Amino acid sequence: MSQLIKRNSKASNFAIPIFAVILLALFFVPAKLDMSYQIKFVDLFVLIIIASMWNLLAGFGGLVSVGQQAFIGIGAYALVFFTDLKGLGVIPGLIAAALFTGLLAIPLSFLVFRLKGGYFAIGTWVIAEIIKLVTVQIQSLGGGAGVSVAAFADTEREPRIKFVYLAALTVAIVILVGTFLLMRSRLGLALTAIRDDETAAGTLGVNVTAAQRTIFILVAMGFGAAGALIALTTLRVQPDDIFSVNYSAIMIFIVVVGGLGTIEGPILGAILFFFLQDRLRDYGSIYLIILGLFAIISVLAAPRGLWGLITRDKVSLFPTRYVITKKREG
Amino acid sequence: MVWTNAILQGLLTGGLYALLASGLSLVFGVMRIVNLGHGDFSILAAYLVLTVAGHSNLWLGTLAVLPVMALLGYSLQRTLLNRSISLGVLSPLLITFAFSIIIQNALLKFFSSDTRSIQTDTLSSASIKITDAIYIGKLPLLTFCTGVLLTLALHFYLTRTQGGRAMRATSDDPTAAELVGINNRHIYGLATALGLFAAGIAGVLFGMRTQFSPSLGPIALIFAFEAVIIGGLGSLWGTLLGGIVLGIAQSIGAQINPAYGVLTGHVVFILILLIRPQGLLPKQKGK
Repeated sequence: MSQLIKRNSKASNFAIPIFAVILLALFFVPAKLDMSYQIKFVDLFVLIIIASMWNLLAGFGGLVSVGQQAFIGIGAYALVFFTDLKGLGVIPGLIAAALFTGLLAIPLSFLVFRLKGGYFAIGTWVIAEIIKLVTVQIQSLGGGAGVSVAAFADTEREPRIKFVYLAALTVAIVILVGTFLLMRSRLGLALTAIRDDETAAGTLGVNVTAAQRTIFILVAMGFGAAGALIALTTLRVQPDDIFSVNYSAIMIFIVVVGGLGTIEGPILGAILFFFLQDRLRDYGSIYLIILGLFAIISVLAAPRGLWGLITRDKVSLFPTRYVITKKREG
Repeated sequence: MVWTNAILQGLLTGGLYALLASGLSLVFGVMRIVNLGHGDFSILAAYLVLTVAGHSNLWLGTLAVLPVMALLGYSLQRTLLNRSISLGVLSPLLITFAFSIIIQNALLKFFSSDTRSIQTDTLSSASIKITDAIYIGKLPLLTFCTGVLLTLALHFYLTRTQGGRAMRATSDDPTAAELVGINNRHIYGLATALGLFAAGIAGVLFGMRTQFSPSLGPIALIFAFEAVIIGGLGSLWGTLLGGIVLGIAQSIGAQINPAYGVLTGHVVFILILLIRPQGLLPKQKGK
C-alpha cells in the first residue's frame, strides 16, 4: 500500500478544458445574439461575480457579511467619479473603481474585524448604511437623487451593450480563475483551515486575521468591479438602489442554494437564480418571500447546497483540496 | 437650554433603543445567535397591533399581540432555529436573514409601502411641562420607563428564578446543562420567545411615536445592534446604557443639523468600536 496525494480528478481533467471552451465561446456571443439577450447575459455574469465573491468571503474565509452592498455601491460611485469627474476612459475607470474599493476596504476591515460571527454580519450592514448616508450628503455625486453615468454619452446603444457584455464576461473570468488559483495557493489552504476551525488553524501557525483581512480586501475589489458593471448597465446610480440589502439577499440565496464553500456551487446557483428571477419577477414582493423560504429549506434540508446534493461531495470539477487515495502496489 | 432639552429627549428615545436591543442581546447571550430579523419582528408587531386595534381597544390589542409574538418566537426556535444551530454558526444567520427578507416583503405585500402610525388619541401628543423651554412627552416617558422596567424584569428573571438560572446555565455550558436535566431546546425556545416579546413591545411603542413602514426593520435592527455594542456584549444594564447613549448622540446630532441625527449615532458607535470595543459596561468575568 502506498498513498497518493493528488488534486486533479478524472472529472476535473474533463471539466476544466470544457469550461475553458465555453468561456471562450462566450466571447463570440455578441456577434450572434440579439442585444436583449446580451443584457441578460450581463445580468448573469454579475450574479456569478457577486455570488463567487460572497462564497469566497463566507464559504472559504468564514466571514459572513450582509453588508457587501457597501462595496457594490462604492464601486458604482467610484466608476462615475473616475470616468465623469476625472475623465478616465471606461476600462481604466472600471479598474480604478475596483482598486479604489479595495483601498477603502482596508480601513473598514480594521473596524468590522473587531466584531465576530453574527455581530460581524450586522457590523458590515451598519457600515453599508453609514456609507449610504454619507454618499447622500455628497452633492457632487448627486446626493439622494443619484447620478447618471455619462461615460457612454457619445456611444450608440449597440456598441455600448457589446462593450459592457465583454467587460462583464472578462471580469467574471478573472474572478473565477482568480478564485480557483487563490484557493489552490498557500492562502487558500490557510482559509480552508480557518473555515474548519479558526482556533486550531491559529495554533498551527496560520495568521488568521491577516489571511481574513487579505480575503476581505480582495473580495471588496470584486464587488467594486461588480458595482461598476451595474452602473455601466443601468447608467444611473442611486443610493437607495445600489446600497440595497437585497443584493445581500440575492448573493446569499445563490451561494446557499448552489453550494457553499465550493467553486461550482455559486455558478450553479447563479444560473438557477437567473431563471427563477425571470419567472418570478412579475410577482413583485412575493418573489423575495419565495427566495427566503427556498433558502430556509435549503439550509436545513441540504446544507451542502444543490451541488453537494447532486454530487454527494464526491465530484469536484474545480478541485482545490488535496485528496489522499490509497493505491495497491503492483 | 436647547442642549439640555436635546439630551433629555435623547435619553427618553434611548429607552426605546434599549427595548429594541434587550431582545437581541438576550437571544445572543443565551445561544450566541444574532437574529438578523429582530428589527423586522418588531415592525411586524407594530402592524399586528395596528390591525387588531382597528377592531378593538388599542391596549387590549397590544395585550393580544405580545403573547402571539412570544409564541411565534418559541415555535420558530423549536422548529427551524434549533435545527440550524447544530449545523454550525452560519446556518442560524442565514435563516434569520431569510426571516428578515420574508417579513419585510410580506408586510409590503399586505400593507403596501405607505407609512402608517398607531393612533393613541391623546397619549402621543400629551406632555408634562418641566420648565418653560422643556416639555417631556408622556409617550416617550412611558417608553423610557418600560425600557427600564423590562431590563429590571429580565435581570430579576435571570438572577432570581429557576427558569432564569437554567437559562444562564445553558448559556454558560449547554452540555453540562443537559447533564443536570435542563432541556436546552426548550430554554432556547423560551429565550427567543422573550426576545420577540421584547421586540414586540418596542415595535408597538415605536409605532405610536412615529410613522413606520415595512422597510424600517433593518434600521431598527441596526439601532438595537449599536446599543448592544456601545453598552457591551452580554450585559443587560450595558444594553440599557448603550441605548441611552445612542439616543442622546442622535438627539444632539439632530440639534446641530436635522440631517445628522442618525449619522451622529453611527459615529459614536464607530468611536466606541475603535476606542473601547468591549463596550461601556462589559460583562464581568465570573458573573
